[in-house]
Amino acid sequence: MTEMKSCAETEAEIEEEFSLFDEWMDKYSYIIDLSKELPPLDERYRNDQFLIKGCQSQVWLGAEYRDGRVYFQADSDAIITKGLISLLMRLLSGRTPQEIIEAQLESLKRIGIGDNLSPSRSNGFANMIKQMKMYALAFQTQEG
Amino acid sequence: MNEKLQKIRQQFPILNCEVNGKPLVYLDNAATTQKPQSVIDRITRYYMQENSNVHRGLHHLSQMGTAAFEESRRAFQKFLNSELPEEVIFTKGTTESINLLAFSFGAAFIHEGDEIIISVMEHHANIVPWQQLCGRTGAVLKVVPVNDVGELEMEEYKKLLGPKVKLVSIAHVSNTLGTVNPVAEIVRLGHEAGARVHLDGAQAAAHVPVDVRALDVDFYSLSVHKMYGPMGVGILYGKADLLNAMPPWQTGGEMINKVTFEKTTFADLPYKFETGTPDVAGVLASVPALEFLQDVGWDFIAEREHALVKYATEKLAQVDGVSLVGTAKEKGGVVSFNIDGVHSADAATIFDHFGVAVRSGHHCAQPIMARYGITGTLRASFAVYNTEEEIDVLVKAIEKTVQMFG
Repeated sequence: MTEMKSCAETEAEIEEEFSLFDEWMDKYSYIIDLSKELPPLDERYRNDQFLIKGCQSQVWLGAEYRDGRVYFQADSDAIITKGLISLLMRLLSGRTPQEIIEAQLESLKRIGIGDNLSPSRSNGFANMIKQMKMYALAFQTQEG
Repeated sequence: MNEKLQKIRQQFPILNCEVNGKPLVYLDNAATTQKPQSVIDRITRYYMQENSNVHRGLHHLSQMGTAAFEESRRAFQKFLNSELPEEVIFTKGTTESINLLAFSFGAAFIHEGDEIIISVMEHHANIVPWQQLCGRTGAVLKVVPVNDVGELEMEEYKKLLGPKVKLVSIAHVSNTLGTVNPVAEIVRLGHEAGARVHLDGAQAAAHVPVDVRALDVDFYSLSVHKMYGPMGVGILYGKADLLNAMPPWQTGGEMINKVTFEKTTFADLPYKFETGTPDVAGVLASVPALEFLQDVGWDFIAEREHALVKYATEKLAQVDGVSLVGTAKEKGGVVSFNIDGVHSADAATIFDHFGVAVRSGHHCAQPIMARYGITGTLRASFAVYNTEEEIDVLVKAIEKTVQMFG
């Protein structure tokens, strides 16, 4: 099995991609494009049980544990959130629980989408990152 | 821009701020209004020269503070045209006012089988406390429906009114639809059925003059931060005979007469409902906010609000894919809308990059959103300092959004 890039390496890649954009409009256009790349969510996850709390947009998140790695699936009814989810999948899906727990994701702030990460009640995206880490912790605990 | 409007804008320092490198276009006034320099200065002066606890001390600062605090109460008495100053209770805001009312009015007057009428357009603050009261007492919550354009179905309201209805609690102005409800009629019909009436004035107080005696309303609540005053201060107005019959809600210091471990007696109005140390700076700084409203004048406020709503409505109608939510005949300064195929959170994010502040989502009013089959709206809400030019920026932001998500 090919070695997966480290989380830090993937973050650096993403940062470089975004550094090409000077204008915020181009950055958001790119994020909108990314939203189209997100694989469709398995419908068994599109219900209240897998809904991440957040007033502004709905986010559904599912997680599976296979061969020591956590695989996530997610979707949102807001396009920008969906695009950011696409980045998160790239960063965190298919990694070990420990990698996910330790991921700092500072790059997401540096590419200028920091506002989307503020830990307010109304932020589905920030709560989603939190939930992904909790899944990782749960799977790790189950294992140990 | 006319001279008076320019002079008004100059009083608000925050309007000079930039957001994402663009001038701030603040269209989220239903969430909170900005504050004129006079209000900001009053708070600073209080903490620099006057700070002291009120109603408790004999020393100079405390006496001055207490006198000023009670002056504020009288200013609101005058503002609302209430008969007695003790009918004006200071709270943290409309939400607290309604919680107080639900608890205390509930304890005094609501029993199993009684009915409380609200409407489907209410803010959660005017739904949840009543829902919880009904849950505790076995009373029943009845809901007045709203038609497609956002007006209360008054015929249905009349049908809901009956001998079991003890209280009607309705918004004066809707925070999502902008609808100005026919409150005089709502109060009159409620009284004819033998019920008491409370009006949620959070969205009304900065926009229309409120005369509690002309309305003969039993209770009226408002939030000072939505009328150019500081956060953390609100009012519950109630007729004295009703407030006197109601037990206190929060208890502790200040609201007592005598405390022993055997028995505690309570203070008279208004202190019975004002426990603990109040936000004195906030209460005092509410006076310059009232003065600001008085200086500007209700005529100018009404004229500007109608002009802005008309302008926004016309401009939005010209953008393909924009649909208005709430098109009642009588509307206040709130314009809610959606953009086809674009989630309101996405749009609000793009608007932010134009410096435009609007609110997106359900606006603490999930039932009315459900009634229209939507998850949320974008809401532009106006204050007296907003301009047609600012609406033009909003329209540009909308057009860009349509282009980006098209």
